[in-house]
Amino acid sequence: MKSANEVHAASGSHEGWIPLLELATREVFELMLSCELTGPSTAEETDMDVTAMVGLAGQLCGVLSVRCEGTAAALMTSKMLGVELHKVGSEEMSDALGEICNMVAGNFKNKIAGLAEGCMLSPPTVVTGSDYSLHSQADSPGLEVRLLFESMPMVVSLQIHS
Amino acid sequence: MSIRALIVDDSSVMRKIVERSLRQVGIDLGKVFEAGNGAEALTGIAENQVDLILCDISMPVMDGLEFIKQLPGVANAKDVPVVMITTEGSESHVVQALSCGARGYIRKPFTPQQVQEHVVPVLGSKS
Repeated sequence: MKSANEVHAASGSHEGWIPLLELATREVFELMLSCELTGPSTAEETDMDVTAMVGLAGQLCGVLSVRCEGTAAALMTSKMLGVELHKVGSEEMSDALGEICNMVAGNFKNKIAGLAEGCMLSPPTVVTGSDYSLHSQADSPGLEVRLLFESMPMVVSLQIHS
Repeated sequence: MSIRALIVDDSSVMRKIVERSLRQVGIDLGKVFEAGNGAEALTGIAENQVDLILCDISMPVMDGLEFIKQLPGVANAKDVPVVMITTEGSESHVVQALSCGARGYIRKPFTPQQVQEHVVPVLGSKS
């Protein structure tokens, strides 16, 4: 795993963090689900009805979220636990997607100098359903990574507060 | 010899993954106890003898660092090795965990092989 001290938290534009966010996401799927993400995805996200969120506080404040379809979240859970898809319950699915989001957030911050020490993560929150709006105090354009998990779209985004 | 393990994590999915990882790398697991936070783990270990504890850091009620600080006060826990498994990857967390008595530190995400590398040495002859 890359233990990069290559991008510093205080360094200018956050655009440079996009490859690290993508790498952090890919590593979580490779190590914990034995699954290679493909993409980038250009699919519409109208059916993305499961969203996991982890708050960041400290030197970097914001919200990291992972969004995908319910079928994708169930398959992620199945792969993570090594159980058949039809045995995955909704509670397990929420727990698994929350853990994925938590690991992506932790893996991402560990790649940026100063953030591993200076940034805390909140416990994950998982929202199911698509009829909601997310309002955050983000004051800069968010970072977004669109990938495909088993041909299904997923979006990892980071909304940053100053 | 079968290893009796206590897995402490507020995510039941993660507890199952840790148990599966231990089995995948050939560790002869006997009874596996689970706890969702440090306080539950202290209660569990007072009632059950275990050979190994795998523990997350960030948990509600009582976190993993507070748990290992209180562990020496539990009779059954004497000399039981603790390996932390956590997303917190900073050096200060590692140093803090080791100074509190942890014998190993695994960062999430992890592979079963990484679990093996950190767990087998602390089990010594029991593995």
